[in-house]
Parts: sequence; structure tokens; C-alpha cells
Amino acid sequence: MLVYVARRIVYVIPIVLSVALVCFMLVHITPGDPLVAILPADASQELANQLRAAYGFDRPLPVQFGLWLWRALNGDLGHSIATGRPVLSEVMRAVGNTVTLAIAAAMIGFSLGLFFGLIAGYFRDTWIDKVATSIAIAGVSVPHYWLGMVLVIIFSVELNWLPAVGAGPGGSSAWGWDWEHIRYLILPAITTSVIPMGIITRTVRALTGDILSQDFVEALRAKGLHETHVFRHVIKNAAPTALAVMGLQLGYMLGGSILIETVFSWPGSGLLLNSAIFQRDLPLLQGTILVLALFFVLLNLIVDIVQASIDPRIKRS
Amino acid sequence: MNQPDAPTDMLPPIEDVGGAAQPLLQVNGLTKHFPVRGDLFSARKTVRAVDDVSFSIAKGETVGIVGESGCGKSTTARLLMHLMQRDSGDIIYDGMTVGRALSLRELRRGMQMVFQDSYASLNPRLTIEQSIAFGPKVHGMADAPARALARELLGKVGLRPEVFANRYPHEVSGGQRQRVNIARALALSPRLVILDEAVSALDKSVEAQVLNLLVDLKREFGLTYLFISHDLNVVRYISDRVLVMYLGEVVELGPVDRVWDAPAHPYTRALLAAMPSSDPDHRTETPPISGDPPNPIDPPSGCRFHTRCPFAEPLCANATPKLTALDTMGHQAACYMAIPGSGHSRAPAQGANAI
Amino acid sequence: MSAITDAALQAAPADKARGYWATVGRRIRRDKVSMACAFILVAIFIAAVLAPWLGLADPYQGSMIRRLRHIGTPGYPLGTDELGRDMLARLIYGGRLSLVIGILPVILGFLIGTSLGLVAGYVGGKVNTAIMRTVDVFYAFPSVLLAIAISGALGAGIVNSIVSLTIVFVPQITRVAESVTTGVRNMDFVEAARASGAGPFTIMRVHMLGNVLGSIFVYATGLISVSMILAAGLSFLGLGTKPPEPEWGLMLNTLRTAIYVNPWVAALPGGMIFAVSICFNLLSDGMRSAMDIRN
Repeated sequence: MLVYVARRIVYVIPIVLSVALVCFMLVHITPGDPLVAILPADASQELANQLRAAYGFDRPLPVQFGLWLWRALNGDLGHSIATGRPVLSEVMRAVGNTVTLAIAAAMIGFSLGLFFGLIAGYFRDTWIDKVATSIAIAGVSVPHYWLGMVLVIIFSVELNWLPAVGAGPGGSSAWGWDWEHIRYLILPAITTSVIPMGIITRTVRALTGDILSQDFVEALRAKGLHETHVFRHVIKNAAPTALAVMGLQLGYMLGGSILIETVFSWPGSGLLLNSAIFQRDLPLLQGTILVLALFFVLLNLIVDIVQASIDPRIKRS
Repeated sequence: MNQPDAPTDMLPPIEDVGGAAQPLLQVNGLTKHFPVRGDLFSARKTVRAVDDVSFSIAKGETVGIVGESGCGKSTTARLLMHLMQRDSGDIIYDGMTVGRALSLRELRRGMQMVFQDSYASLNPRLTIEQSIAFGPKVHGMADAPARALARELLGKVGLRPEVFANRYPHEVSGGQRQRVNIARALALSPRLVILDEAVSALDKSVEAQVLNLLVDLKREFGLTYLFISHDLNVVRYISDRVLVMYLGEVVELGPVDRVWDAPAHPYTRALLAAMPSSDPDHRTETPPISGDPPNPIDPPSGCRFHTRCPFAEPLCANATPKLTALDTMGHQAACYMAIPGSGHSRAPAQGANAI
Repeated sequence: MSAITDAALQAAPADKARGYWATVGRRIRRDKVSMACAFILVAIFIAAVLAPWLGLADPYQGSMIRRLRHIGTPGYPLGTDELGRDMLARLIYGGRLSLVIGILPVILGFLIGTSLGLVAGYVGGKVNTAIMRTVDVFYAFPSVLLAIAISGALGAGIVNSIVSLTIVFVPQITRVAESVTTGVRNMDFVEAARASGAGPFTIMRVHMLGNVLGSIFVYATGLISVSMILAAGLSFLGLGTKPPEPEWGLMLNTLRTAIYVNPWVAALPGGMIFAVSICFNLLSDGMRSAMDIRN
């Protein structure tokens, strides 16, 4: 097991380096001089040169990458051009809010997905199965930013039950798990949960079908076991895979939150990314993407290791 | 249609150059080791799939290869077909070295193969006729005559062309598919056909039909067979001579009756003993071998069978016994118990003549 | 038992044989859901292509006095948008750009990814390692983040949006193409083709393509759903099309401010994205099960 963990970690290093390289290159595929965004429109040539040297843009690319990587390893992702604050602290504060949203969404998506998947697989080819799989397909096909709008229309505009935007009193910095805050979380969390819900429903439905067609289930039934016990057995066998899928989905939710956070003005990493893009705040853009991608790689790694520790067959392959 | 005796043109077979005394195929020291991918945490290892295998096949003969799964039978077949690069060893076809006197392309026509899985060895997107006609077309035959040849061959393997030619592989039964595969192999007018577990996946009754078909085709087309199987009964039925392989090495070879009646290697004896016998009075005293074959990644030293051999002695673990002639009929075995004066307590005395 | 089957098959009429694709086509035509989806998609396509000849209102012509009319207003069956432009006309015209920016990345990704995957799978060895390890790097980003990162760095615009989405899909299609190709390449009929002396290009043409393209194509069809959502999403964020061009994602963005005035008109463009996306998803599922003939 330890060897497996060590091996997985070693394999992740080149991925992490490549991810860093891609993030670094993002700034350099930007059309025009990266300084354009930083410089005031009436800047003198002298100021431009000073800044170019200050940012290291006058050095060859590999050297720039090395220096950037070294600073990044030391936790220095530069300073936001718009606010002047360190990128890392800006990103980490925003990521905290996104994690809150993602965890709430994961809980909703996982429980609903597990439920729909189990009943769809158990009552295969009945109307129950059809309804559950239709919900799953709708979940993965719906433009979630639009679903967010529709939910706002229904619950905020028409019914006036829940707030449409924001993260509650205290704005972005003071989150708390009380109703005053949670009511702001409900709509974005439901919106975020539909994709994992759909994916988990499909996964669990297939798993349930497989498990029910296996010999040991026949044996359990032959032994006269009640159907609820059979059902419990199915859950026990399907849950680890469903959890692994959920773990991966958590990563996608962290990275894919920009559209939903924009709809709900949720002060997370997606909204930060949005403002970084439109203010041409390149260090912030680069830093946010790097942090989110690293979170994603880390989550994948953890899922792999946890899965291997549950299911010994994985280590061999 | 320029040959009045043949209704359909076939590709001309590779010309016989060596005469009847020249073996059709000679294999010397054939070796294939697969590296098992190591990484930072484990050393590189090798699987000795085929290790220094030598034998020859005379023209018109059927040679069988038997052994447990994983003993290197199928790897040997693929090496002979040049579907896989060998590490070392010579493959000589009718006295011609492949790559020098005989091009690889010519060898493909002189030697064909039938695979075990009848379904996987036919392209599911092609009709049966297209699959059979593919080979001749690769070798320059035009489409129409190649299709005519395919239909002709379907008849030869006992399938009515008007019924089967335009079918797809999933539309026919396993036995019929294997007949198609045989027709496909024959389409290039080969002189040697390698049958790699070609009947093993079939039902017993269908297997018998296909075996009889193989015997008939051999006579009609003057074929030579290399017949690979784990089924000893089938090998005995069809083969003239047999090779017994264990963990990538030949441990015994000889005329099939000699090997069956007087097996010299304990592994051969164990294989034969494990065969279900229909005659309760005819039982061997040799106990069946226990356990699985050792991992070919890490084969035992010396005689590879010594870990499972009831007669193993210290010398068996030290050095590999060479294949040694037991008689003048070509019966050979690689076992110290069969080598006079080898030092094994059960070996015949030095100078004793087994013949 | 099998002797009987053999005899029965021998006697069967010869015209029973049917090609693989003919069988798949017949199966998919029997699938009501797939046919309904295909019908809806074709209708949306035709409407988008023929938009100028359908007698619709001018999708660019607004009016300050007719802003945000409700659905069902006489003369404006689907109401008007925040600048008083006819919603029906804009939704139909919007299909032109929305479908192009949604589907083109998948087509490009299919062409590039399939080529890379075929080469990686068929050649194997170091070539495979080089291609697949590069693909792994892109897999380290969630696809939405990757699309937005590239789009954000390149700047707003239709071309940049198509480029960034193509970069998102190439690795995914390459992975599928590689695994399908490797699977087929190791099958005995490819070995048998090599054994009959065929060269790599002949084997690729006769034996590989027909067996791999189908599954890659079905996978790519499923990606159109994601691509439509992401392409419209980029426009929704302001990274794709520029106003006043009618495009569903952008329309959804500009109408966002109107949800308190006329919420259901504001939601219409998203419904179009949803419809196209779910139809492609269901069609892809239908094709997949139609192609799985051995079941």
C-alpha cells in the first residue's frame, strides 16, 4: 500500500509541473504585450521598460518560468494588478467560499444520485427507472447557468422565498452555518448539484444492475434473505464507486464554478476568475487557475489512493 | 480460368525448392523474452516466454505442440508467423532463411495461421467473402477472381457459398466461423498451416467435424500442419509427432505413439496421467502434478520442472538438462532420468543403450 | 444441438445477410426517443439555416417603446427582448451562431483527436507515450476551467471561443480513440490481416477504421451536448460573441437584468440550449445502444 501511495505521488509530480507550465504559458498566449494590461494608457516608454524589468518579462521564457515556479513553490503568486494584494491570499479566501458551495452541492448531488440510481437499477425497465434516468439525463444536459436563472425566477422573483444573489450578511468574508447564511446557499448549491446528481445516478444505476445480476445476490435470495437485506448489500457494494465518482465531481465543481458563481454573485474562486479576466488582471488569472487545477489534481490523487485502499484489485493494474 | 483442371484460379503456392528430404520448417534456438515494465519501485524483470526452442517439421507432416496454458505455445506460433519479433534463433522455411532467400511477404503466403477465437479473428464489419478475399487481394489478385476464389474455398470447407458468402461473422455459428477462418488461411495457398488452439473453443461434436475437415483438406491441398492444443486426445488423433512444452522450453518430443506409450519426462507422464481415461484398467501410477505452473517471470533454475517433480534431486536445480535422443525414431527428452550417466539416481547407467 | 443449427443455417435463405450499419440504422429507426430527438434537431437546424426566408421580424431592429413584451403579445409570439427586438426571430437566428460555435469545436476535436488517437493506438510504443502523456496534462484541468482559462487568456471572440473548446475536446477524444484503437489492434483479425501480408495502411483502411470510427463518433456526438453548454456559457460570460449578434448564451446574459420585469422571456434562450443539448445526449445514447448489437 505504501509503495502504491509513493508511486502515485511520484507520478503526479510531472503532471503538477506540466500544469504549472500551462498556467505560466497562459499569460504568454495572450495577444500583445503582457504589460499592456498593467500600463496606464499614457505610460512612457521608460516606465514600460522599468515595469518589464520588474516583472522579469525581459528575460528568456525558460528563465521566467523557472523564477515564476520557484516563487510559486514558496507561496508567492505575485500581486493582483487590480487590488495590489497578494494573489495567493485573494485566491485562498475565494476558494474557501467555493469549497463551501461545492460541499453543499456534493451532499445534495450524492444523496439524490445514490437514491435515483438505486431505484432505477433496482426497478430496471419500469416506469420508475424511466423517470429516474430522465432526471439524470436532464441533469447532465441542462445549461446549469440557465437552471440557476430559472430557480431565481421561481424562488426569488415569483415566490420571493429565497435571496437571488450574494452570500448573506457580511459578504464574502464572514460565512456562518446559520439560516441567515444558508438561505443564500440553497439555490446555488442545488444548481451546482445537478451535474453530479446526473452522473452519480447513471453510475449507480449501472452498478446496481451489475450487482443484482451477480451470483451472490441469487445466493442471498435463495437463502431466503429479505429484499431489504439484498438492497443493503447492493448499497454496500455500490457506495465506494459512487463515492469515488463524487470525489472526482468535487474537483469539477471547484473548477467549473465560474458560471454559477457569476449568476448568483457568489464570492468564490469563479467570480474572482471572472473579474480577473475582465480586468485583464493576469497574475490573478494565472494564480486562480493554478490553484484550482492543483486542487483538482490533488483530489484525483486522494480519490485514487482511497479507492485503492478500499479495493485491492486496483493496485495491481 | 487458364488452368483447365482448376475451376478457379488460386495464388500459385511458394515453389518447393528443397525437395522431399528438406524439412518444410526448421526452428533453431528460438527465444523470446518479454520485459515486464519496471519503474522506480521495482526492478525490470523478464518473462521467458520461449526459451531456446528447436524443432523441425517435415513436408506433409502434422506436428503437435502440447502444454499447459502459459507454456509458450501461442508465443511460438506468433514468432513463427513473424507477427512478433524474436530475440534470437533461426526460422528456416524449406531451406530458405526468411529475410534473405525468402521475403517476409512470400513467407506470408507459404505459412498461414488459424486462431483460437473464431469470432475475434474475423473482422465484424466485413462479410465472410470479403474476409477470405482480403489476403489474395493483398497479394495482387483482382477483386472479382478473389471473390470467386473465396466462394470456391467456402465450398471446400463445407459451407454453401450462396448461403454464407454475404453473411457477417455474427450471423453464423462458432463451428462455421472456424471453417471460414480455415478457408481464409487457405486462400493464400500456404503449404504450412499453424492451427493455434483452432478447435479448442468448439463444442465436442463440432470439434470432431472440424478435425475431420482438417484431415481432408490436408490430403486435398497437400498441407503440412503445426497443431497447437492443450487437448492431448485431439493432438494424438491428428499429429504424427508431438512437442511437449513447459515454461517456454521443449521438454520432450517424438513420434506421438512413442511419447504416449513411453513418456520419458515426468511432466509428460503427469500430463498424460491427468487425462481422463475411459478404461478403468488402464491407469498410470504417476500421481497428477500438483499446483500451478511457476510464474514464467521468475522461472526456477536448472530443470524448470524440478519444483513440481516428484523425482527431483539436487542436480536438477543446478543445471538445465539438454534434449537427449532416446532412440533412433527421434524420441528425445530433457530429463536427467533419461540421460545415461547424468548422476540422477534413476538415470540409466553410463553406456547403457536405451535403443 | 449445433449440428442441427448448422443444418438449419445451411438451409436458410441467402438474403438474410445484412450489413452492420444497415442493422444499426434499422435499430435506431425503431427507437422512438432517438427519432424524436433527431426530428427536433433537424427542425432547429433547418429553421436556423432558412431563417431569412421564414418571414421573421428583423432580429437586429429594436424599439424603445416595445421593450420586454410578454410571451403571446400579438405580433410578438415569444415577446420582445430588453431592446424591443422580436424574441422569436432572435431565437431562430440565434441558432445559426449558437449551433456553429457549439458543434464546430467537436468536429475539429473529432478530426484532430481521432487522428492522434489512431496513431497512438496503432503505432504504440514511444509515440503512444508521447501523445498520451501530453493528453494527461490537459486532463489535469476540469474542462470548464480549461475552456475559460484559454478563452480568458486569448480574449473574447468567436474564433477564440472555438479554439479554446477544441483544445478542451481534443484530449478527451484522443483518449477514447486511443483506447478503442488499442483494443481493436490487439484483436486476432488484425493479427490475421498482418499474417496475410497486408501493410499498415491497408490494415488501417480495411480493418481498423470501420471498427473504431463508430464508437469515437458516438462519443463525440455526446460531447456536442457539453460543447453547446460551454460555448453558450462562454458567450454568457462575455467571452464569445459580441452584441448585437443574436446568440443564445449572449441573449441569456443581456436578458439577465430583465428577470424582474419579464422573467419567462428572459429564460427562453436557455431553453433552446437545453433542448439542443438534451437531444444530442439522448441521440448519442440511442446510437450507442443501437450499435451494441451483440446484446
